[in-house]
Amino acid sequence: MSNNNNDGASAVTSAGTVHSEAGHGSLVVEDLQAWYGRFRAVANLSLTITPRAVTAIIGPSGCGKSTFLRCINRMHEVARGARAAGKVLLDGDDVYAPDADPVQVRRHIGMVFQKPNPFPMMSVYDNVVAGLKLAGVKNRAMLDEVAERSLRRAALWDEVNDKLNNSGAALSGGQQQRLCIARALAMEPQVLLMDEPCSALDPVATSKIEDLIRELRQNYTIVIVTHNMQQAARVSDHTAFLLLDEDRAGRLVEYGPTSQLFTNPQDRRTEDYITGRFG
Amino acid sequence: MSRPAASAPPMRAAFVQPPRPSPFNRNASSGSARSRYLVDGVMRGLIVSAAAAGVFLLLVILLYVVVRGLPALNLDFFTQRPLPYGEVGGGVAPALLGTLEMLTVASLLGVPIGIGTAIYLSEYGRGPFASIVRFVVDLIAGLPSIVVGVFVWALMVRHVVGNYNGLAGSVALAIIMIPIVTRTVEEMLRLVPDTYREAALGLGLPRWKTIMAVVLPTARAGLITGVVLSMARAGGETAPLLLTALGNQFFSADLLAPMAALPVQIYNYAVAPYDDWHTKAWGSALVLILVISLLSLATRLSTRNTLGER
Repeated sequence: MSNNNNDGASAVTSAGTVHSEAGHGSLVVEDLQAWYGRFRAVANLSLTITPRAVTAIIGPSGCGKSTFLRCINRMHEVARGARAAGKVLLDGDDVYAPDADPVQVRRHIGMVFQKPNPFPMMSVYDNVVAGLKLAGVKNRAMLDEVAERSLRRAALWDEVNDKLNNSGAALSGGQQQRLCIARALAMEPQVLLMDEPCSALDPVATSKIEDLIRELRQNYTIVIVTHNMQQAARVSDHTAFLLLDEDRAGRLVEYGPTSQLFTNPQDRRTEDYITGRFG
Repeated sequence: MSRPAASAPPMRAAFVQPPRPSPFNRNASSGSARSRYLVDGVMRGLIVSAAAAGVFLLLVILLYVVVRGLPALNLDFFTQRPLPYGEVGGGVAPALLGTLEMLTVASLLGVPIGIGTAIYLSEYGRGPFASIVRFVVDLIAGLPSIVVGVFVWALMVRHVVGNYNGLAGSVALAIIMIPIVTRTVEEMLRLVPDTYREAALGLGLPRWKTIMAVVLPTARAGLITGVVLSMARAGGETAPLLLTALGNQFFSADLLAPMAALPVQIYNYAVAPYDDWHTKAWGSALVLILVISLLSLATRLSTRNTLGER
């Protein structure tokens, strides 16, 4: 699964079209619903996410953005009482198929969380290769190679190559978040989910992560939840706007190319939100 | 109002504003504030004296045991078996070995069960079964140790083995250790933030591997505290051992035969009417304290985090 370097084939879809392209990390969400206990957090959500592009999910607090994101790699169901229904097709394969193994799903769809969470008892090196090492890879040369490649892709190699054996928790917040990105990239996922990856970071660290997201777009399908509309405008190719409906469940209001959604929204509620009239 | 710079010539006194009392001056504050300082001082004094009293008591006990026990200590005390009254010398070596052996076996039995129960309660336990488990663990924790001793006596001394034996002692100690390990370790596992579990699950690790490779190592220090605490508690138990291991004046490593133990040895020496044996009781108590301190030190050192020393 490491055909991630053919930049030519991954030309960013021209703005204005939202369509899928099989085999490169395309995601099709069909009629997805998510519950916490009896409370429905996401209602009947369908959308098609362009491969090798950045899709931003925006919306006010509590509108189900994160829940939706966590449904994509079946992390939602980890919480107590949480469940989801519907279809999420990764390159045509349903991650919610009855015989689908959530553990395998998460190896193909990586995730970066809101707060940087490197494993505190592991070194920088061990953090990066944790997924492979714990999955049973023992080949030291291969692990070394993966560690360096992942850290380079996460734009962290130059800053940490002399402290690979130090604790991952000793890095700065921004470095820790890039370490977490490197850790996710080491598993060679097709899709990278990011749940407000900059909300705990300062502006300088944020802009580094944003540069990185623009860089990674060439090889990965990225879905990013963000609170920050400017961030969505800066990094994403497509934007989905979610809002609570009258049942307090998150619903997709508008989805389209970022430039269009921010300059010429089709829905009144989108316009109100992006112009700061509420939210 | 601006103050002159340091280099500027001093202003003429007539233009200098009279000193205005600072609103933050504690002497100028109102009566209610003054009583607040008083209450603060009294409370702080109470807390410090409570801490001092606790440490003082412990130090007095420790010092007293050292003073009374030290005269009994010599090489023979650590290497010889106890001698009948009237004979000079002798030691508590069989009790030392018996305590170490029974503690080891009890740890091998109790620590995995305790940690396993803790993992179940913290990582999996939901619903009525978990509540029952938690209730039973609390119940065992509150059980007087003599009751544990009687139970094991009825089960293992009367029936399974047929005589007093070291294995029964170990089982009794293990039963005492399990709830201590479980409750301590469960609390420690709950302190591990969920973000680490999510990070591991998000990497495509199965639940059990997440627990083994991420949750347990993160709570390592707490795990060790729980184990050491339970070993210290079990190492000092006397009543259940009197009913199970019985004690032994001779060297015996046979788990199916009566086995000596330091607390039992202390008891036997202390209730005897001989001054020499009383000294030996104090000496044994000192040895027991040393053994438990060394055990916890060794456990901590051997499981130290080696990050950065790779």
